[in-house]
Amino acid sequence: MSSRIERTASISRAPVSQRGHVVPVSADPEAIGGTVSVTIDGIEAKVPLGTTILDAARALGLKIPTLCHHPDLEVAGVCRICVVEVEGQRTLQAACAFPITSPIRVQTHTRKVRQARRRILDLMLSKHVGECYTCFRNLNCELQTLAKEYGVDFFRFGHEAARRHQVDDSSYSVRRDMDKCILCRRCVRTCIDLQEVGVLEAVGRSDGTRIATFLDKPLNDVVCINCGQCINRCPTAALGAMDPTDDVWIDINDPKKHVVIQTAPAPRAAIGECFGLPPGTPLTFEMNTAMKTIGFDRVFDTNFTADLTIIEEGTELLLRLHEALVQKKDVALPQFTSCSPGWVKYLEHFYPEMIPNLSTAKSPQQMFGALIKTFYAQKAGIDPASIVACALMPCSAKKYECNRPEMCDSGHKDVDYGLVTRELGQMFHEAGIDLPKMPKGAFDDPFGTATGSGVIFGATGGVMEAAIRTVVELVTGLKIEDVFAHADVLPVRGFDGVRYVELPIPAIGEVPDLLKMNKGLPFSDWKWLEGAVLKVAVCHGTANAKRVVEDIKAGGTFSKCHFIEFMACPGGCLGGGGMPIPTSPEIRAARAKAIYAEDASYEIRKAHENPAVIRLYQEFLTDGPCGEKSHHLLHTHYTPRGKYIA
Amino acid sequence: MSAVKKGLVTFAAAVPEEGLKAALARPRSEVIAEVTASKLRGRGGAGFPTGVKWNLAAAATAPAKWVVCNADEGEPGTFKDRVILTEAPDLVLEGMTIAAWAIGAARGILYLRGEYAYLRDSLEKVLARRREKGLLGTGILGSPLSFDVEIRMGSGAYVCGEETALIESLEGHRGEPRNRPPFPVDCGYRSEPTIVNNVETFACAAMVLAKGAEWFRGIGTEVSTGPKLFSVSGDCREPGVWEFPLGITIAGLLAAVGGEGAKAVQVGGASGRCVPAAEFGRTLAFEGVPTGGSIIVFGPRRDMLHVAENFLEFFVDESCGQCTPCREGNAKLLEGVRMLREGRCSWAYLQELQKLGEVMQLASKCGLGQSSPNAFLSIVEHFRPEIMGRTAGGNA
Repeated sequence: MSSRIERTASISRAPVSQRGHVVPVSADPEAIGGTVSVTIDGIEAKVPLGTTILDAARALGLKIPTLCHHPDLEVAGVCRICVVEVEGQRTLQAACAFPITSPIRVQTHTRKVRQARRRILDLMLSKHVGECYTCFRNLNCELQTLAKEYGVDFFRFGHEAARRHQVDDSSYSVRRDMDKCILCRRCVRTCIDLQEVGVLEAVGRSDGTRIATFLDKPLNDVVCINCGQCINRCPTAALGAMDPTDDVWIDINDPKKHVVIQTAPAPRAAIGECFGLPPGTPLTFEMNTAMKTIGFDRVFDTNFTADLTIIEEGTELLLRLHEALVQKKDVALPQFTSCSPGWVKYLEHFYPEMIPNLSTAKSPQQMFGALIKTFYAQKAGIDPASIVACALMPCSAKKYECNRPEMCDSGHKDVDYGLVTRELGQMFHEAGIDLPKMPKGAFDDPFGTATGSGVIFGATGGVMEAAIRTVVELVTGLKIEDVFAHADVLPVRGFDGVRYVELPIPAIGEVPDLLKMNKGLPFSDWKWLEGAVLKVAVCHGTANAKRVVEDIKAGGTFSKCHFIEFMACPGGCLGGGGMPIPTSPEIRAARAKAIYAEDASYEIRKAHENPAVIRLYQEFLTDGPCGEKSHHLLHTHYTPRGKYIA
Repeated sequence: MSAVKKGLVTFAAAVPEEGLKAALARPRSEVIAEVTASKLRGRGGAGFPTGVKWNLAAAATAPAKWVVCNADEGEPGTFKDRVILTEAPDLVLEGMTIAAWAIGAARGILYLRGEYAYLRDSLEKVLARRREKGLLGTGILGSPLSFDVEIRMGSGAYVCGEETALIESLEGHRGEPRNRPPFPVDCGYRSEPTIVNNVETFACAAMVLAKGAEWFRGIGTEVSTGPKLFSVSGDCREPGVWEFPLGITIAGLLAAVGGEGAKAVQVGGASGRCVPAAEFGRTLAFEGVPTGGSIIVFGPRRDMLHVAENFLEFFVDESCGQCTPCREGNAKLLEGVRMLREGRCSWAYLQELQKLGEVMQLASKCGLGQSSPNAFLSIVEHFRPEIMGRTAGGNA
């Protein structure tokens, strides 16, 4: 059984002028009046009633330029670059916002249209400070591309050379440079509508309009959750990630430093985009070689701690369930996943009263950091103080997470740098590496190789799928393949905003040895789970998370859940704020396909079968999952932040 | 001091509730047919046929519909709605009630300009009195119509006179125009069908129902029927609110208000056009020079470049900042006018600015940006010798 909460315009928080108020597109083209004919540049077509001119043109293979339009966001119609001539209309019409409800004739590139577009561009460029070659979006900038397409060869209305705004680099994750802003307001719609966080808004009027935070506070003093979705949707360099690559290079070049990097699953399905490959081209093992080539001493797979997370978080869930069902204690359920640092900060700001529901397990990145500077340092005989732990992540919030003050359980800063996919791509370019042509290389021990259960963490539903594979096997003693064909837990996959699944426990087996290592375990058999139905849910994007949490607070369906996976970013990590730009539903679907294909290709696809994880418990975390040692290194606590920050 | 000249309709001795009684005695379709037959067009400036608007809203199916009176009179040089709301508020509310009957609305909103807050008390009293008399509320005058009006205050943004920005403001948002279509008659206040009409339009509609479409059509021209209130200001002997039949020539109006010898007239306020003396034979009508009623007379000694600068300063203040052409364009035009004043604007750059003005007219999102270059463009067209050739010290 699966259910879905649809996002509807009525609950959208986007400024009303920038959303909704579009004629609904006819769902049934077969119905009478379901279609309407349109002629664009002389080409006739029938389209569903209400289709915008832009969508109709694209379906015909005609290109209309856009800037404020984004496939993930509501229509704004503010940049006006997409204007076209509609026969019978006195003025030019924004193709992105004009719904076709009667037969019309459209011209997309008349002299009038070209002159208007060119001047609109000239106006934008007059306020866009800076030169392309000093810009990190050089050759990946929508404004630059349009300037080229429209043959901008001089600044008709001048060009500002002097900065007017100070760069806001107060955040660990997101950097704002308002001198590059062209006021398309995609970031506003991303933040307030797609994510329902609402950090950014347009203030001021006329040519004094600017995008601002509450009271113009720096980004680290507002409720920003660092998800970086605004970065992925900014057409220029007004928004970017805080880039640590200069420091990483310095450490790489320092012979006294032992620089290691762990790599999360999602970047490998996307880094090819930095090298002109189509989205969803996996380069996992090419990347390993390349990272070694540019000077990283060891390359580890975050899959290892993803699997570890499953064991720790799964054990924590079983303990909570036992407390609730058998000991009849008042324990916080459903348990929320805690691997997405954007989601964690969202909860800390908006629902601090729900923090007890968050799993205390650290995210895979932070578990890895703590183990690198303890277990690995010990094993390799390296002074942890000389180890520089980098993390390749799809996520801008990971940059913030590794700087949380509590993240130093190893006695050092557990993770020194959070690098995102785009930045590693940049480092490869700088080193002259043509990534797709690199030979394949393996991950380094003692953390083993990639596993299917770890790799699917990169997609929404992946954590839940990995957890189900493990919990079902540990509790029932059955093989997951006998419950779900090929071990593919299809009900939790997909891109629906919220998925709810009920999973009857078909049998009970023995409590496995792995769990028995924890001597404090309050149970020695699974009888108390006999006949139980595990209720789980998956949700991605904080707008959907908000619905689920509100539903829980209201005692709805989701309050009956036992375990819920939350990811801050739409699509999960593969849609993260550190991934290559641009993003769209199609790009994210292609990355997901690559991730699930990797999963199917790996030998080990269950967290509890990862030999490196088992070895870790045998050699290092000897008091087992959720034991004292693991509590010290692998678990954490949270900070109630609230919405009002002094 | 604004003198009010008695006229044919709005300030004529109307029989109270004559129009409302006539409307309630007839089915809605006939009421709309009467308004349509009168050829009444919106008095706010855009001139959309009122009957058509009401008909579209009546045809929309929705559980709730809204009648909104646009009393956000913000166009520079316009002050006739203020006078109507002072002298004949009942006529406006009567028109709104007729509209409610016509489109099937139960609630109305009077969106009052922030600067007119001092009118609020007296308007609330009028509303209370009408409720007492059974002219608002449940079962108005024994009919099945239930309708009430509340007053909501604007906050001083000119753009909120644009109907979709007004609706945004009503909903508590930044006053920014929406994409159209869909139009408010389908998807307006709270996404429900909404008609937004000017104060004077409602007053006219009430008179149409009272005296009949034929009577109304007898005033004005074939295309522009009825009388119109004009807010006359500037270099003339008798500024004030005047009522003339539509179709009066500019020269005729100037003669009546004592503005002979003017060198130009700004018709339609800051967003209107500047008409030079050579064209004073043109009519004030939808087929001539259309206007929401603002007439600003410029005497022979006025500096037209200063006029252009003044209007552009206004738009640089009042653009909502949403769309590129209006947000950046007005600032560029103002910068250009200042360059002209200092003798630094080349012939070629002036042509660039004219082209920019045309692009703003064509590509801006709403009527504000589409009309903001009008004054500049018409002054450049008609007074080029006067505005060119300045030196940094002053006039050439």
